[in-house]
Amino acid sequence: MRGRVLRVALFITCYNDTLFPETGKAVVRVLERLGHSVEFPAGQTCCGQMHWNTGYQEEAFPLLKRFVDQFKHAEAVVSPSTSCVAMMRDHYPIMAERLKDENLKAEVAKLLPRVWEFSEFLTKKLGLEDVGAYYPHRVTYHASCHGLRSLHIGDGPMKLLRAVRGIDLVEIENLEQCCGFGGTFAIKNAEVSSAMLSEKVRGVLNTRAEAVTGCDNSCLMHIGGALHRERTGVRPVHIAEILASEEGGQ
Amino acid sequence: MSDTALDPRTAPKFQVAARALMGDSQLRKNVRHATKVIQTKRAKVVAEMPDWQDLRETGKQIRQHTMRHLDFYLEQFERNCTAAGGHVHWAKDAEDARRIVVGLVKASGADGKSPTEVIKIKSMTTEEIQLNKALEAAGVHAYETDLAELIIQLGHDQPSHIVVPALHKNRSQIQEIFRREMKLPGTDFSRLGGTPQDLADAARRFLREKFLRVKTAVSGANFLVAETGSVCIVESEGNGRMCLTLPETLISVAGIDKVIPRFQDLEVMLQLLPRSATGERMNPYNSIWTGVDKAPKGGDGPRNFHVVLMDNARTEILADEEARQTLNCIRCGACQNACPVYQQTGGHAYGSVYAGPIGAILTPQLMEMHHAQSLPYASSLCGACYEVCPVKINIPEVLIHLRNKVVKQQSSGFHILANPEVMALKAVAQIFRSESVFRASQKLGRIAELPLSRKDAQGVGWIEWMPGMLGGWTRVRDLRVMPKQTFREWFEHRSKSAAGRRAEDAVAKESDDGR
Repeated sequence: MRGRVLRVALFITCYNDTLFPETGKAVVRVLERLGHSVEFPAGQTCCGQMHWNTGYQEEAFPLLKRFVDQFKHAEAVVSPSTSCVAMMRDHYPIMAERLKDENLKAEVAKLLPRVWEFSEFLTKKLGLEDVGAYYPHRVTYHASCHGLRSLHIGDGPMKLLRAVRGIDLVEIENLEQCCGFGGTFAIKNAEVSSAMLSEKVRGVLNTRAEAVTGCDNSCLMHIGGALHRERTGVRPVHIAEILASEEGGQ
Repeated sequence: MSDTALDPRTAPKFQVAARALMGDSQLRKNVRHATKVIQTKRAKVVAEMPDWQDLRETGKQIRQHTMRHLDFYLEQFERNCTAAGGHVHWAKDAEDARRIVVGLVKASGADGKSPTEVIKIKSMTTEEIQLNKALEAAGVHAYETDLAELIIQLGHDQPSHIVVPALHKNRSQIQEIFRREMKLPGTDFSRLGGTPQDLADAARRFLREKFLRVKTAVSGANFLVAETGSVCIVESEGNGRMCLTLPETLISVAGIDKVIPRFQDLEVMLQLLPRSATGERMNPYNSIWTGVDKAPKGGDGPRNFHVVLMDNARTEILADEEARQTLNCIRCGACQNACPVYQQTGGHAYGSVYAGPIGAILTPQLMEMHHAQSLPYASSLCGACYEVCPVKINIPEVLIHLRNKVVKQQSSGFHILANPEVMALKAVAQIFRSESVFRASQKLGRIAELPLSRKDAQGVGWIEWMPGMLGGWTRVRDLRVMPKQTFREWFEHRSKSAAGRRAEDAVAKESDDGR
């Protein structure tokens, strides 16, 4: 695979588009630096995860169709969100099945093998660990539940981070423990979610890192929200932004 | 907790119950500690099994196959159990089961008189139907003989875990309960010591007297073997074995989901269950019995043996294609120990004897949905439960399915107007259906959030308070405001300027060529 130039269609996801444009820019920067081209299908919106997981399944079906329409001709689809990619892999086939739409089922089956979460695109599709990044900071990595238990990305992100020059990578305790976000769970069960979050924050602080990274900005927004509330000075940063950093700035 | 049984029909919403329990720092420390200990033990004995994933898959296949042919295996069990001298009774629901058991207990006296006491083996199924209360009302006192259940019973408490019901109590709390509540003629428990040895000795003395005196026992069942008509119970203390062997009459209550086809299937189940449940390679006591003791002079085991096969909504679960895997559960409790929500709240928050992830999917299906609408949402969908489940029940998947049922109930008719969440999510769904509406909403959002934004020293805006439902977020977390430019705006701008640059280059090249 290495060496071939790919035309990557970026699925930025609704919340990264709106709240974390820097992550998207970083993905573009890394992929282009590696020699690939990036396009952005303009009609994309949301994968439907929030609706599907909260029980609004009827509302999620049109979003599946929209995604397939937007991306079916892509050579490779890359998305910087473990939970959105997990939504597609775990549920799109079931959703197409439930719609009893044979055509859609076939489209989904053809498209899904070309959909990659950003870090796994680098490690599994491109077979890379060192993407030429430089990031002289003390960092800890948060493994998002969907990356861990649904996408099984394992230590792929850690390999990418270890190859970053200048980085001081510290492992967090209870790496596999959920941060308590869970989408609408954080609001519907705010008390329990907060208690889970406070354990995660303690883990982050114990590493004495200056930044916490991961492959999903929803977890990072959650952890980062508490880190800011408590004025810890620790910042959340998506792994793409670390991998995009180079010596001499950028 | 009080004497009031955990009853989903009257229990408060999960959020409300959780909030109250989370204020109990002793309980939270106990739950955190106990779940951690069991989890660590489980991880160790699972890791030493090279074929664990194959075992899980086999366990799943066995359970799935059984559920697909449940009618066949139940009837086979009935035939074989009856042939061995047992009596099989069919109970449609909890009320039916209670009536049958109470009737059987009352008829079990040797001299035609109704006994006033029974001994019991730990059984979540009898907790599910609140059997002890029904027995008490009929003038029969049930003695729980499982150590944890005894602690719960003496403490006027409720079980908080399906395998370790008193997991929320620590040793000194148990000592206190024993000192206060244990009564036995000729024995003074009020100065009881607090070492594990002291507590076990006290329980032994207290229970031994019941084992020797009481002639009727009630149990649940871990497995019913269709092929042989046998009942299997696994336990750690041996108190169950006492109840199975000493009394004259044994009444076993089992959900119809407890059946497995062949004796050989125990080979798989008895590897999966103990490692998942208590982190043991094998349970210290594995009891399997078939029918009655027919020895003329009387050997071990009951002379009258009854099995009550209870449906209690299980056939309805079976009919639901998306949710029927719930019935594959072998009640190991691994999902409870692994669940980060359960670890924070303990079991009572779930308002049901079935707590944790399995409870969150089982309870709403056993009861009518509206009694337990908050339970499918008592999960962050982190998937830790699915990962440890010995029969691979995809609990997150079933939770999502049940959430859909809740939403359908809430958005029917006038309910929708009373529910801001339903309105909001439906509105957002409309936004995502059009790229231009989505863009407009992003712009609108940036303006709408302005009044809430507060700039930090770096000039970044943060929201520290939000109204209504969203306030759940800002109670302990800040939220960064939306940046001035969305990603798509940046990308378009960049493409345009790149195209512009290319056009300029082309013009420049042309003029170069023309030179």
